[in-house]
Amino acid sequence: MKPRDLTDLALRNLREAILRNALTTLGVAVGVASLVAMLSLGVGLQQLASKRLSQSGLFDTIFVTPKNNFRGVGRRQREVQSDKPTRPLDEETRKELEKLPNVIEVYPQIRFFTEVRFNNKPYATVVAGLPESSRNSGAFDGMQGSFFSSRTADEAILQIEFAKDLSDKPASLLGQEITLRYAERQAIPAAAGDTSGSASSDAPEGFSVVAKELKLKIIGIVETEPAAGYGGYGNARLLMPLETASTLRAAQVNDLRDIVRASTGNKVTFPSFSVRASSPSKVEALEASIKSMGFNAFSLLDASKSLRTFFSVFDLLLGIFGSLALAVATLGIVNTLVMAILERRREIGVLKALGAADVDVQQLFFVEAGVMGLFGGFLGVFFGWALGRAITFGTNVYLKRQALNPIELSSVPWWLIVAGIIFAVLVSLAAGLYPASRAAKLNPVDALRYE
Amino acid sequence: MTDQQAAILLEHISRHYSMGETSVRAVDDVSLSVPQGEFLALLGSSGSGKSTLLNLVAGLDRPTSGAIFANGQNLGELSSIELARYRRNTIGMIFQSFNLLPRMTLEENVELPLRLAEVERPERASRVQEALERVRLTHRVGHRPAELSGGEQQRVAISRALVNRPQILLADEPTGNLDSATGEAILRLLRDLREQMGMTVVMVTHEKPLAERFADRLATMADGKLLEITTNTKGAVQ
Repeated sequence: MKPRDLTDLALRNLREAILRNALTTLGVAVGVASLVAMLSLGVGLQQLASKRLSQSGLFDTIFVTPKNNFRGVGRRQREVQSDKPTRPLDEETRKELEKLPNVIEVYPQIRFFTEVRFNNKPYATVVAGLPESSRNSGAFDGMQGSFFSSRTADEAILQIEFAKDLSDKPASLLGQEITLRYAERQAIPAAAGDTSGSASSDAPEGFSVVAKELKLKIIGIVETEPAAGYGGYGNARLLMPLETASTLRAAQVNDLRDIVRASTGNKVTFPSFSVRASSPSKVEALEASIKSMGFNAFSLLDASKSLRTFFSVFDLLLGIFGSLALAVATLGIVNTLVMAILERRREIGVLKALGAADVDVQQLFFVEAGVMGLFGGFLGVFFGWALGRAITFGTNVYLKRQALNPIELSSVPWWLIVAGIIFAVLVSLAAGLYPASRAAKLNPVDALRYE
Repeated sequence: MTDQQAAILLEHISRHYSMGETSVRAVDDVSLSVPQGEFLALLGSSGSGKSTLLNLVAGLDRPTSGAIFANGQNLGELSSIELARYRRNTIGMIFQSFNLLPRMTLEENVELPLRLAEVERPERASRVQEALERVRLTHRVGHRPAELSGGEQQRVAISRALVNRPQILLADEPTGNLDSATGEAILRLLRDLREQMGMTVVMVTHEKPLAERFADRLATMADGKLLEITTNTKGAVQ
C-alpha cells in the first residue's frame, strides 16, 4: 500500500477504538512527559550552573601572561638562557590574539592600586577596568543603580564593602562624584645622540609618573565581586569601564619591570590579557595555540571537564528514571495492539483475501503504533514542558519567600523537543514490532473463519 | 500442465491438517480442470472439503501435496508476496457472510482492493463507480454495510471482488445468508457478470437445486474427495 493509504487506514483504525487508543497515547504522553521533565530539570540545572560559571569567566576564559611573568622565575631564567626574545602584551598582541579562531574578545587586565577621594577624605583601593561584555555576566543582576552608560563613560561602580567605607548609607552614594587619583605613565624619549646607554635610539630612557585626577560619577553598587578573577592584585573595589581605564595610562605593576628590562619600547603593555573563547569546549585548542605563540596561558579547563562529566552522569540518571514511565507506556502499546489483533482478526483475514501481503498488514500495525507514539510524543513534550514550568514556578515561589532571586530551573531546548518526539515514536515502533509481526503471520483461512 | 485452456487446473491436490496425533484429510487427492469462462458449482455437505479447496485455489492456503495452476501459473512456485499479488489481481472472492468492513462506507469497501493494488486515486473513483454500477448500487455509496439488506451487502461484496477486474471469481456459499429470492437474484447477477466480463466462476454451495439452475458443471465432494463431475444437463436458466 502507498504511505498515504496506509496512514489513512491506520488513522481510521485508531479512531474506531478512540477511547482505548487515546488512553494508550496518553500513557505514552505521560512517559515522554516524565522523561522530558526530568531531562529539562537536568538541562536547566546544568545551564544554571554553567551560566553562572561561564559568566564568571572561569571556564571560557584563558588568562594570557608574557613568558617572562614574574611568577615564573625559574622559567624566566631558562628563557634568558635560550636567548629567545620575550613578547610583550601590547595592543598589537591583543589584535593578533583576537584573530585566532573561536575568540570572542580579548581584553587587557587593567588593575591598579591607587587612592580615591570622596568628601575630601582619601581612601586607598584597587581600581579595575571592566569590559563591556561583563554587563551580561550575571554578576550585576540585582545591583543597585545601573551598569555603565557607555564604554567610555566616566562612571564608577562600587563594590558594596567599599561603598560602606565611604558612607553609612551606600545607596545615597548613587549619583555622587568620586575623585580618582592615579599615576599617569609618561615615556621619556631617548636623548638625541646618546647611544651609549640603550640598544637603539627608539628605546625610551624610562618613564616619568605624573599625578593625575579624574572625576567619576557613582552609578552603581554591586554586592558581588565581578573583578575578583585571578591576577594577583587582590579584589578590585572600584570598577570603571575598561576603555576609560585604558585611556588613563595609569602606571601598573608591570611597567616598572618592563622599564628595567627595556624590552618593550615606547609602548603601553599590560600585565595580562583575558581571552574569551566562544565556548568552554574551544578552550583547550585555543590555549595550545596561544602557548605556541610564545605566551603563558592558563585556564580552568579541567574543572570545567569534570563539571560536564558530572552533569552527563546526572542527566543519564534522570533519563533512566524518566524512561521508567515510558517503559510502562510501551507495555500499554503492546497490550492495545494485541487486543486490536484479536478484535480485527476477521478484518485481517479479509484484507489478506483481497490481496494484502503480510508486509501490508505488518506495516498497518506499525503505522498505528507509530502514530500513537507521534501523538504521545507531541503531547508528552508539552506535558513535560508544563511540568518543568510548574516546578520552576513552585521553586521560585519558595525562593521568593526566602528572599532569594528567582531561577530558571527547567529548560526545554529544541533538541529535547525533537529527541522526545523521536524517542516516543521509536519506542512505540519497537512496542509495535511483536503485535505487527503477529498480525502479519495470521493465517487468513483461520482469520476468516473467526467470528 | 496438460490443459492449455484451463483457467484452473488441480493436479492430485491434498490438504491435511494435524489435530493432535490424528491427521485430517480435508482435501484428498483431488484433480480437476476448470476451463476458461466456466461456471462451476462445488457441491457437498458441511465438512466435505469444498471450502478448503476454494481457499487453496484462492491462494489463501497451500496444499500439502499436488499442484495448482491458475491461468497457467503454478501457485506452489509463488512466494507469499507473489501469492498476495495473485489474490489481488487474478482472484475475486465473495463470502457467505459478505465480509464487508463495517466501519467503512460502500465506496470505501469497494475501493479497498484498489488501495492494496496501489491504483492511483483519480482512477480509483471511476473504477469504484463502474464496479458499483455493475451491481446497481451507485445510489448508496455513502452508506455503511449495516444500513443495507443482506442482498445489497452481497452485491457490494461482488462489486468489491470485481473492482480489480479478476479473471477468476470464487464464491463461498454466496447465498447462504440470503432468502431464496435474493439468493437467486445474486446468482443471476453472477452469471450476467461472468458473461459480461468473461470470468471463470467457481461457487461453493450446498444448495444443489440452485446450482443446477446456474452452473455449467457440478462437482460433488465428500470426505475431501471429488466424487463426481457432471455437466449440467438441465441447462442453466436464461
